Amino acid sequence: MSTVDDAVTRGRNLTVEQLLLLAVGTGALLLVGDLILGVFDGTYNISRIGRYVVQGILYGLIIGLAGIGLSMTYSILNFANFAHGDTITVGAFIGWGGTYLIGGWGAASIGHLALVGPQRGIGGPQFGISVMSTPIAIFGGLLLAGVGTALLAVLIDRLAYKPMRGSDGIPLLITSIGVAFALRYLIVFVYSSQSRGTTASVPSADLLLVDGYVSIDAHDGTLIAAAVALMIGVHLLLQRTKLGKAMRAMSDNKDLALVTGIPTERVIRWTWMIGGGLAGSAGYLMVLWTGTIDWQFGWLLLLLIFAAVILGGIGSIYGAIFGGLIIGVAMHMSMIWLPGGDFTTITAFLMMILVLLIRPSGLFGGTTTA
Amino acid sequence: MSTTTHSDYRAQLETLWEHDALKIVAVIGAIYLIYAAIGLVLGYSLDGIINTLRRMTYLIAVYGMVTLALNLHWGYTGLFNIGIAGFMAIGLYTTMMLAKPVDPSGAAQYSGLGLPVPVAIVGGVVVAGLAGLVVALPALRLRADYFAITTIAFAEIVRLGVTSGALQEFTILGAELGTGGGRGLIRNYGDPMNAIFELEAFSSFVDLTNSLFGFGPTQARALAYSIVLVLVLAGFYWLIQRTSRSPFGRVLKAIREDEEAAQSLGKNTNSFKIKVFVLGCALMGLAGILWRFRRTGVTPTAFRPHVTFYIWIALIIGGAGSNTGSVLGSGLFVAVLFEGPQYLRRVIDQVVAVDDAPNTFAGAVGPLLSADPGPLVRYTFDEFLTLQFVIMGVALILLMQRRPKGLLGHREETAAAIPLGSRPSGVGTGGSDGSGGGAGSGGGSRGGGNSGGENGTDTGDDPGTGVDHDRTHDHPDSAGTNAPDHDRDTDPRTTTDATSEASETSEMSETTHTGGEQP
Repeated sequence: MSTVDDAVTRGRNLTVEQLLLLAVGTGALLLVGDLILGVFDGTYNISRIGRYVVQGILYGLIIGLAGIGLSMTYSILNFANFAHGDTITVGAFIGWGGTYLIGGWGAASIGHLALVGPQRGIGGPQFGISVMSTPIAIFGGLLLAGVGTALLAVLIDRLAYKPMRGSDGIPLLITSIGVAFALRYLIVFVYSSQSRGTTASVPSADLLLVDGYVSIDAHDGTLIAAAVALMIGVHLLLQRTKLGKAMRAMSDNKDLALVTGIPTERVIRWTWMIGGGLAGSAGYLMVLWTGTIDWQFGWLLLLLIFAAVILGGIGSIYGAIFGGLIIGVAMHMSMIWLPGGDFTTITAFLMMILVLLIRPSGLFGGTTTA
Repeated sequence: MSTTTHSDYRAQLETLWEHDALKIVAVIGAIYLIYAAIGLVLGYSLDGIINTLRRMTYLIAVYGMVTLALNLHWGYTGLFNIGIAGFMAIGLYTTMMLAKPVDPSGAAQYSGLGLPVPVAIVGGVVVAGLAGLVVALPALRLRADYFAITTIAFAEIVRLGVTSGALQEFTILGAELGTGGGRGLIRNYGDPMNAIFELEAFSSFVDLTNSLFGFGPTQARALAYSIVLVLVLAGFYWLIQRTSRSPFGRVLKAIREDEEAAQSLGKNTNSFKIKVFVLGCALMGLAGILWRFRRTGVTPTAFRPHVTFYIWIALIIGGAGSNTGSVLGSGLFVAVLFEGPQYLRRVIDQVVAVDDAPNTFAGAVGPLLSADPGPLVRYTFDEFLTLQFVIMGVALILLMQRRPKGLLGHREETAAAIPLGSRPSGVGTGGSDGSGGGAGSGGGSRGGGNSGGENGTDTGDDPGTGVDHDRTHDHPDSAGTNAPDHDRDTDPRTTTDATSEASETSEMSETTHTGGEQP
């Protein structure tokens, strides 16, 4: 109404935000100060912190990789896709089915292999599946995970979201919750709810870090290499091709993009394919890294991915990657102060809520890149 | 002549149908009849059938309560809360921690405060409301989707928090408490319903159920508990209905439709949103308490996001914005999606002798190559509980695609103090879609005057009816200008919505119309 009132409310909001920012900033400074002091007086073990950082980066790479797809659909289709987590799980199962088929050919029935060994005792560890002994199976599985999930994402779009194209974000969000549940329990139906080990152990290198060792094994290395390669690939795809430009145009203004002659449906299809492919690859790599697969890890990952995407700013793929790394490292660093591993997820969620409160547009907000 | 009496009869039926209580009784009664009939055909024992219905009553009542609370959030105010499970968990856990005796003994590892159960329940409700306040104070400034993510993150924080070993046992202000971690809490205090069960009259109730259905005392207690829950559900319904029809409730709807417009009318929308969010969360907490406080214990797995998902399906089946719809939705959800598949499975299991199913999906699909669908059918049957969730998911998708407004949803309401749209018994047939405004003002001589007066007493702080008549005349215009904003909800819809809303708000006046028309 009146500009004075408006200014007053804006000012009040501003002060609230600034107070929050101040509080968070002070908290962060205190923690960093405590960390530095603790390292100097020996309370905190440097190699332990090093291990947390390495673990955090690896975890963050997975979150970031999966977050790219979520960020893209969020900015182009304008809704928070709650089925993204279960897409990740499906991708992992599809990919690992392929890996088992290649790596364990002849060791068990085809059905058992394609279903990622639903019965105990005959699985990846027994077939000796690892990136060192069966690199082709791993590479083939990763490829299958990417392609299979990309196709699945397009199929889901066709069945669930396309009939609702043009409705606003909330109905689509509710639909995606339905998709998430249907997908998750289809996974249980097909692959069973048994959680199982997938890889044999691989050699690891112990790196000396001041007062201890930080160990990195071959699967960690594979994860880093594959994730970075995929991220660079997406970066080139979006920066150098017309598709990337069309996506940016669509996330800016859909109607204008349509009027300009951009084939919006095709761009949407590509968005789903790229996002789904990356999600599937991320799921595959997550399983490679942790060595276990179960039916709900993607769902449990989903809120962390949301945290990363919101932290980085929706619509920015670099924001998603960066947010993923921050969330991953922060989760693991929280174990320095908080007991056990119980509070890592809680830390990530609290960080997300704080970002939403202080800077809802995210760190990279406003600069949409995808 | 026979056709007119027929249409009169039909009109009367339609008028009857407008009574919300009747809708609920009819639908739930039909559900019960179907279940009972199936049971009778299959020769189930009477106490078995009654017990099935009792369990359904319990579920419908509890889910109905939560759905009503969610309707207050989403249906009336547009607050997209998907952290329902978290608020329910807070209510129940607080109550249990407050009510558990101070000295832990035997298998009940953790001590509580040893408060009387009614006090503990009030405590649980208050803490759930406070949790709502903690979430609402900062988060309500956010967009709906961010708000959704915040609430579900909050619910997960609660669930992970009560699961964590660190909070398994803690001391606060000198009092030892504990959430029990992953193993949960055991109820080592008396049945919370003992206040009723120890009444003199209750023993005659036990005798009655025993003579009628052959119930034992435990079953009689469970039945009494379900009846109490239905009464509480009625209380919830009354409370939320009152809230939504009050001036407070009209501001909520205004916020839902256009928050800036509500602000520009001088309403402090933030304070309204916080109040309603806290109220809804407290009610969710109460429902969570009533849901499980008679069980022997509680574990955190009870509060997985599934619960939230169930409630949302129930709300969407019934239609956001309608309290009757919320109760109906929870009834249909429980009968068709929640209990239905399991009941069906039991029935099939009894009628057909089903062979052993293959252990894995591969074993089920493999024989398809040799054209033998048997194993797949058996596997599907064996995994029916899993498929049930798939069915729920698909049901939600289809509902959102085909019928996002649900059975009785009418979130769009035209701004008029008098009921717009057609009258019952064929008077409204002349009024086509375009004449939504005309029907309201034209009928003013008969319907408008009467119900306008009725609404005038009802609507405390609305602008005078004269202003609203102006608006009524503007209506076709404004609908025309608004149309481009609503992608899906095209303007004819507003008229039908107005009709249903009008018929709901003025059922009293409409029954008098039909009564007056008869001579």
